[in-house]
This record gives sequence, structure tokens and C-alpha cells, in this order.
Amino acid sequence: MSAHVIDSKPLIEDKVEHKEQENYLTAGYSLKSWLLTLDHKRIALLYLISITAMFFVGGIFAALLRLELMTPQSDLFEPDNYNKLFTMHGIIMVFFFIIPAVPGVLGNFLLPLMLGAKDVAFPRLNLLSWYVYIVGAAFTMFTIVSGGVDTGWTFYTPYSTSSSQTHVVPVVLGLFITGFSSILTGLNFMVTIHRMRAPGLTWFRLPLMVWSIYATSIIQILGTPVIAVTLMMAGLERIFRIGIFDPNLGGDPVLFQHLFWFYSHPAVYIMIVPGMGVINEVVTCFSRRSIFGYRAIAFANVGFVVFSFVVWGHHMIVSGQSVYSALIFSILSYLVGIFSAIKVFNWTATMYKGSISFDTPMLYVFGFQGLFLIGGLTGLFLAALGFDVHVHDTYFVVAHFHYVMVGGLVMAFLAGIHFWWPKMFGRKYPEGISKFAMILIFSGFNLTFFPQFILGYLGMPRRYASYPDEFQVLNIMSTAGGSVLGLGFLLVGVYMVWSLFFGKEAGQNPWKATGLEWEHTTSPPPTENFYETPVVNEDPYNYANRDFLKDFNKEVKASA
Amino acid sequence: MHSSDHSAHHPALAHHFQDLEQQKDTTWLAMWVFLATEIMFFGGLFLAYVIYRSSYPDAFAIASNALNVNMGLGNTFVLIISSFTMAMSVYSAQMAQTGRLIVFLILTLILGCTFLGVKYFEYKDKFDSHLVPGRHFDFAYHHDPITGATLHNEHEGASNKPSSGHEATGHSKKALREIQIFFSLYFAMTGLHAFHMIIGAGLLIWLVISAMKGKFSKEYNSPVELVGLYWHFVDIVWIFLFPLLYLIGRHHHG
Amino acid sequence: MQSSTVQFLPEQASSFALQVDLLYLYLTVVSAFFTVLIVGIIIFFAIKYRRRSDADRPPMTVANLLLEITWIVVPLALSFVMFIWGAAIFFKMASPPKEAIDVYVTGKQWMWKMQHINGHREINELHVPVGKPVRLTMTSEDVLHSFFIPAFRIKADVVPGSYSKMWFEATKPGKYHLFCAEYCGTKHSGMIGSIIVMEQREYDAWLGNTKDSSLAEAGQKLFKTMGCVSCHSVDSATKGPNLEGIYGKQVRLQDGNTVIADERYLRESLLLPNSKLTEGFAANMPSYQGLMTEEQILQLISYMRTLKPVTTNTSNKTVVSTLAPAPQATPAAKAEATPTPKAVATPTATESKPSGSPLKSEPAK
Repeated sequence: MSAHVIDSKPLIEDKVEHKEQENYLTAGYSLKSWLLTLDHKRIALLYLISITAMFFVGGIFAALLRLELMTPQSDLFEPDNYNKLFTMHGIIMVFFFIIPAVPGVLGNFLLPLMLGAKDVAFPRLNLLSWYVYIVGAAFTMFTIVSGGVDTGWTFYTPYSTSSSQTHVVPVVLGLFITGFSSILTGLNFMVTIHRMRAPGLTWFRLPLMVWSIYATSIIQILGTPVIAVTLMMAGLERIFRIGIFDPNLGGDPVLFQHLFWFYSHPAVYIMIVPGMGVINEVVTCFSRRSIFGYRAIAFANVGFVVFSFVVWGHHMIVSGQSVYSALIFSILSYLVGIFSAIKVFNWTATMYKGSISFDTPMLYVFGFQGLFLIGGLTGLFLAALGFDVHVHDTYFVVAHFHYVMVGGLVMAFLAGIHFWWPKMFGRKYPEGISKFAMILIFSGFNLTFFPQFILGYLGMPRRYASYPDEFQVLNIMSTAGGSVLGLGFLLVGVYMVWSLFFGKEAGQNPWKATGLEWEHTTSPPPTENFYETPVVNEDPYNYANRDFLKDFNKEVKASA
Repeated sequence: MHSSDHSAHHPALAHHFQDLEQQKDTTWLAMWVFLATEIMFFGGLFLAYVIYRSSYPDAFAIASNALNVNMGLGNTFVLIISSFTMAMSVYSAQMAQTGRLIVFLILTLILGCTFLGVKYFEYKDKFDSHLVPGRHFDFAYHHDPITGATLHNEHEGASNKPSSGHEATGHSKKALREIQIFFSLYFAMTGLHAFHMIIGAGLLIWLVISAMKGKFSKEYNSPVELVGLYWHFVDIVWIFLFPLLYLIGRHHHG
Repeated sequence: MQSSTVQFLPEQASSFALQVDLLYLYLTVVSAFFTVLIVGIIIFFAIKYRRRSDADRPPMTVANLLLEITWIVVPLALSFVMFIWGAAIFFKMASPPKEAIDVYVTGKQWMWKMQHINGHREINELHVPVGKPVRLTMTSEDVLHSFFIPAFRIKADVVPGSYSKMWFEATKPGKYHLFCAEYCGTKHSGMIGSIIVMEQREYDAWLGNTKDSSLAEAGQKLFKTMGCVSCHSVDSATKGPNLEGIYGKQVRLQDGNTVIADERYLRESLLLPNSKLTEGFAANMPSYQGLMTEEQILQLISYMRTLKPVTTNTSNKTVVSTLAPAPQATPAAKAEATPTPKAVATPTATESKPSGSPLKSEPAK
């Protein structure tokens, strides 16, 4: 069987160093070969760099606002500037970090590998997605340096359309553009999964990561256009004063909320579901067990797709809508929580009678389980109508969503990054430091956000720069925790970059994991992913039928 | 043990696909998924339209009657015929009749440009009549905002008429606001639609050039099919837009 | 509240507070239980099944349908309890008692303006009596706000262009935080105040101590100066619907629907008179959009609430009021019901107790 190094990209230039094994990283060193790449793995790295940069910027805003909140008075920043801080923190984190992170980095890198394909269905569209994201990010950055925006990431009208004196239109335009990145990626992934699976890879043999990406893609495709058109209308209203959302012009401010949350609730599933996909892969590998309840988890993803679109009203319980619609949204919110519960239970059950090792990815999985559990359970608190009336728009909500998004998604993302790092770069990160960083992140996170549950119930509203004295102690705890959390994240960035140059070389499959990406190709993989198209004839996570001393020792090599 | 068979390597086959059939299936699915996103996109605007029409039925009827229904109707026929010529293009492509393919594509393109041309004149007319929302919006420039009647004297607006007293000002201000909402939605929806038409025209030009270069054959003609799908979708959106925007309460006026 | 101790609950100062806190307790206990359970199991598994050797080969995963069903059904059942309990409290929050005292609230960047029925105005403070339900009718003059009283466990968004309502019954005298809980711009964190709960006697004294004319009085003046009287009186040339007993009346519209004439409807009739035209009347009423402030609208509405029907056959249709018990068919009140200040100042003024015209002066308490 001859190996094909498929020369499909005349753009990528010649300077190929002749190593023992050429891989996607060495297939071209010019800037052009990166910025005009059609290789999904390189695009994944482009995303990795961008979302890390955005995370850093968003994190700085968070640090600044937590600094302000150390004292009850609004004394560090002008109130207008504080308002810009939390707005920019939210916009950057939501749209430029959390939504694109797992699909853009891990999804892009892994999907074709997990499917046994050479690339995604539309490589050029894939590159376009990244550029669209960059353009959208550029608009947002422009807005930051030219004065910021202070509407809150939710852009509620009529404040955003008629009252705010800040650069709403450029930001809204930037988000409009960025939305297309999400749509195109979703479209690409969905079609890839349908049409580019390797021989023998039936739907129920797919790794659950693929199911998660599939579900995410559907939500992206259906939901994102709605926020696009909503932001477009809000922007037009701001420019032309047309009166769709401003009551002074005949409009309805609550209509904006409906349209906004119709996307933004499913968006939170775009955020978390890919992270859940990662957990499937890591928990099975480090327990050496097949997943418990494969079909339940697969169908829970379908449940998310359907139910995520019918609960948006739980963000609007106190907005004056009818009691009956509130009831419907409440009961549906409880139902959608069941799908998360199924997954958490199944992951726990996967550990039963396993062989558990405590490598960093698995530590992040443990962290995820605990923190996502708390975050998800507090979602049940919020779904209770009488309770929500009290805590809506307080720090209780802030704590809830940070538990699921940071304690959940960011932990899962870090689990995935650590897990697939050797595959992506052929290097290991330093294990001792990585575990220490995980402990920092976990403890810092809890110290930051647990007090916020209490603050919220005590009545501290969101988006407040100043607050009554009695809230100070909890706020100080929260800020202190934030510094530990930030340190943890910084540490991760440092040692990961260090590992690129000085990390120990990893073998093809250092974790002894199942999966096409681990067992059928090198670390890092070649540009065309596989030297020969894999054929799949077993279920995923088939650890029970692997000999751990023998089966993971073979290495894929290109023959001469 | 699958290695791509070089001998059957069709020039249009992208390297990450196994064969033309897989490529065709994939791109076909992609286009349908894309159209689903387009439905969600237009859907948001349609929703806003439905809500405001039910809130302000009178103002919307008056505003609608100020649109040029003949131009709209003409454009509707133009698009329907263009969908026919587009379907004929697809058929010709499948039958590998390149000559006919090019003819039908060009016909579709001409019809599409006709649509856009008519739209240009419509928009120009709205612009001249102060019907574009924003600072210069003034429905009363040509029409009575309460009754919708067209005014003969171009510069005599209802708000200038002293006879109705101060109440008319308050009343017509409200009506004007609601009418402006109609026109905002009108421009947003038809503007978005026209934008899609322009893209469609670009795609048609690309197809014509490709056809002239002999790129299409019995085995490989999916681009034509896919553009056809897109074109039909844009046509269907117009079929919804036209009655919703142009034909509100028209039966009153015969 | 001392700033040195950390509390977990705000004071319980309304009839809702205990219920909400109990629900909170239930939610916390259930969540804590499951958190401890699952985290405990994870830790237990992690220790018991830790990897002993690289040659470890765990057995095939065995499906367990019963287990899966159990852990779907049990959470569903617990969720259902949460749902029912939360909904029950919510229903109560959405059902103000008929005898509630009305207060009107206007939010604007960045302050709260309260108006009591007798006209007493407050800014950023709201005095209420203990043990009596209070119903707030609220609107905004500019952007979204939200009226939040943590000690009462209650909030409601305050929306420009419409009215929202909220009610509570304070149970403990004292001073409690009032926060704006919907981001509204620069001084959002400064849009705060206090709710001051007083014993009934103190409250009455406080309430009467005002020079402001009552809302209804002010409304009556507006009724004349705004020209309402020219169409909405018995002998006007262009007739508008008779406004006696209008508040809470079921109005038949031109399109055949019926609506209840509540604050929203009355406000809409002022601003968009022809959108819900009363059956049998032409579209003659001009709009007052831009000619009246929100406060003036509230004053007019307060005045209209005092207009009681004279006899049952004065109006077009049978007077059926769902917001107030049907008034007795007593003679008495004149066509233009002119309330005396004292009568309307009664803090416990109900819409109409069936005791003849409520406009007879009840002794002001």
C-alpha cells in the first residue's frame, strides 16, 4: 500500500523539511501557508490563537470589574466605564470565546480525523469561517479602542437603540458578521458528518464527540440567523429611528427580548454541548471503559436541539408576560435539564469498575462533573418561577451561568486541549505543573463564584458598580478568588507554549486511547490525515477488547 | 485498502472527496441546510412584520397602498418566468446540452436583472416621494396619513392642512410613525431579497462562464442544480413578500 | 444590617418571603444531596477503581436500563415538585387582592417617582403600611427598569410604553432596600431607594401630611383643560362614549371583541384612540401622544376610576365590571362624579363597596 502525500494545495510551498515523517505542521512554514491554508488542522490552530487572545482580553475586563467591586463605592472607574467593562467582558467571552472555542479548535481539528475523512466537506468555507470571525472580532476591537459599548451583552432596547451614547452600531455589525462564522462552521460540520464518514462508520459507531458537534451544528444553523436579523433590526433602528423596539416610536421593547433570547438560549447549548462531547472522550479513555448509555447520551443531544428552542421565555419571567406562558417555559426548562442529568449520571457510571488514572485531562473531567453539576442544579432553582422572581437579574444568575460556562465549558475545553495536545503537536505538556494549574483553577473558580450565589439571594443586582456595605465581604472573597483563577489560566498558557518547544515528544498514542485519530494516524497527523482510509468495524470506546500492553504499541508509518 | 483511483480522477473532483457522487451528495445537502438558515433569517423579519401588521392594520394598509402594485406584479411574473428558465438550464445541464444551457442561463440572468432594474426604479420613486425611513421620511408629502388618499399637489401635506385642527397633527403623527414602521420593514425585507438576487446574478454569471469553458457534463452538473435551488428559493421568498407587502386591503380599491 | 457579619438571607419582610425562602431551602437541600451523592460516588469510584497496573483491562460496560430509567424518573419527579411549588408562589405573586392599596410608580433614568392615590408624592422612597396589601402600577418614562425589593422577594420589570403591576404585603415595619434590577445606563447602580414600612397609624398620619392634590383631583382638572369634557359629557355635540363606570367595565369594540377597560386600555385610548374603537362610535377622538406626560396620564386614569355609573341604563350596555364588584343601582351620584379630596384619600379605598356611591365622603382615617 503506497502512501499518498496528496499534493492538493499548489499554494503551499516547497520548503518542506525532510523529517522522518512529514506532518501537517511541517508541510509549509510560510505565513501564506498558514493564512491561506485549507487544512482543517491548521485552521483549528488559527482558531486556537484567536480565541486565546480574545479570552485574554475578556479576562482583563473581568479582572478590572472585579477590582472595582472590591469596594462598595463606585470609586475605581467612572460608572460609564464600569458599564463598558462588563458589557465588553460579556460580548467577548460569549461571542468570541465560548461559542467558537470547542467547535473552532477541537471540532475543526478532530472531526475529519474521527470520521476517517481527509478534510471537512468544504475546506475553503472553513477558512472563510475563520476570516469572518476575524473581521467580526476586528469590529469589536475597534469599538473597544474607540470608546466601548455599555449596553450589556444583551443589548436590551430601548436603551441600546435610543439611549446609549456609545458605539452600538459597530459592535452590532461586528456580531452580525461573526454570526456567519458560526453558521458556516455549523453547515460545514453537519454536512461532513452526514456525507464523509469512513466505510463501516455508522451513526451509532460514531464517537459521542461527533454526536455533540452534530447537535451543536444544527442549533448554530437554525438559531444564529435569528440573532443576526434581530441585531440588524436593532442597528437599523438606532441609525434610522424606525420604531420596531422603541415604544416612543411605536415599537415594543419586549419583542426585542423575545427575538434575542430565541437565539441566545439555544446559544448556551452551542456553548456547552461540544464541551460535553469532550467529556465523553476523556472519561472513557481514563477509565478505560466504554461509555455507559451510549444511545441515551446520543439522543440527549437530540433532546437539546429540540428543547433548547422552546425555553427562551425563562429569561423573561418578570418582563410582564402572561402567567400561563411563564408556566409553560418553566416546565419545559425542567424537562431540558433532564438531558444534562442523563449525561452526568452516565459519565459517573462509566467510571464504575474502570481503571482510573489521574492525568490532567481526567482531573479536568472531575472538576467539570462537580462544577457543571452545581451550575446545572442552580438552573433548576432559576426555573422555579416564584424563586426566579426574587433572584432574576441578581448575582445568583451570574453565579449560575459562570458555573456552567466556566466551571463547565472551560474545564471541558481544557480537558480536551490537554487530552489532544500530544495529537496536535506531538508533544507532552509538563504533567506536574498542569495538575497544579488545574487545582488553582478549580479552587480559584469556586472562591470567585460561590459567594455570588449568596450575594444574589441577598439581593445584589447585576451590573452594579456600587452596592450597599453589607455586600462587601462576599465581594472581596469573589475578587480574591478571581485572582487565583486568573493565575491558573495564565499558568496554563505559559506551560502550554513552553511545551511546544521544550515538551517531551509524545508517541502516537500516549494515552492509549481508542479512536481513529489515536490509533490510525501519527502524532501529529499528516496533512491528509491518514495514510490509508480507515475502515471501522467496532463500536467506539472498545477498551474491553484491547490489550493494553500490546495493542497500543504499533505506530502508523508512511512506507517509503 | 482504498486508494484513490487516479485514472477516474475527474478534474472537478476535490481531493478530500472519494468520488464525484459523494461530492455531489455533500454539496446538495449543504445547499439545503444553507436554505434552512435562510428561512430562519427571513423568518425573523417576517415575524416582525406579522406582529406589527396585526398591531397597526390600518396604517399598514394605507402604507401598502402607496406601493406600486403594477411594478410589483410585473416583477412577480418576471421572477416566475426566470424560475422556469432556470429549471430549463438545469435540465439542459443534465442532458449535457451546453448550448441550450448557456442560453437559458443568460435568459435567467436577463430576467433577474430586469427584476433588479424594476426594483431600482421602485426604490428611486420611494426616495423621491420621501418614503425612505429616517430623517427625510414624510408620508404626508404625497399622501394623507389618515385616509391614505394621494394628494394632487405634491407639496401639500396633510400635516400642513389647517382645517383639521390640532388633533390632526397628533393623530397623523401616530399614523406616520406606524407607516414608517411599514416602510422600514418593506425596505429591510425587499432589500434583503434584492441583495440575494444580486448574489444570484453573480452566481449565474459564474455558471455561464463555467459552461462556456465546458466544465459541465452528464457526470458533473451539480453547480447548476445548486444555483437552481438557490434561485428557486429566492423566487419563493418573493412570492411571499409580494402579497404581504403590496396587496394589503387592495380589494377595497378594486 | 451589620456589615461585619455575612448573612445568607435577606430579612423576611413580606408575606412572600417565607414561602420563597422555604422553596429555596428545598432546592438547596435537594441540590446539596445530589451534589454530595454524585461527587461522593465519583470520589469513591476514583479511589476504588484507580489504576493499579498498565495491564488493567476493565470489563465490558453492561447496560442497565432500570438504572437509567430510575435516574430519569426520580429527577423528573423532584423537578415536578420544584415546578409546582414555584408556580404556586408565582400565581400568588400575580394575584393582587382586590382590597390592595394602589400606588403608582414611574421609573426614569435614574430615579423612582411614587404617587399615592391621595397625591402624596415620593422620590426613591415608598412608605407603606404594615399588614396591608399594596399594588404598584408602574411604567417607565424612558428605558427598561425593574423594581426590586429583596426583603419582600419581589420584583417586576418597568417597561416604557406599558404598565406592569406588582403587589406585596409588608409584614414587618422597617426600612428595606429598593434596587433597580434592569440595567438602564450610567447610574443604574445609583437608582436605589428604600421601602419604609410603618404601623398603620403612623402611615395614615404620614399619608395625610401632604399638600399635593390627589391624583384624581389633578386628573379632574386635566379632564377639563385637555378638552375631554367637550366630547365625553352628556350634552356634547360630538359624542364620545360615556365614561361613567368606565374603569373595569367590559367594552364592546367595533371589531366585535370585548376588552376590559383597565389602565392599559385607558392609556391606549388616550394615545391611540382608534386602535380599539368602542362599538357605535366614529373615529373622531384625537390622539394625546406627546401632549401628556406619563404622570398626567396616571392622574387622568385615577380620575376616571372615580367616575361611577349613575344608573344601569345610562351606558350602552350592561355595566359589568370585573375589576370591582358591580355597583348597586342606587341613584345618588351626579353625572360628573366629583370626588371630594378626603374620600379619595382613604388609603383603603376599594373600587366600590356596594354601599351606594363611594363618593360619599367616608371619614378620612
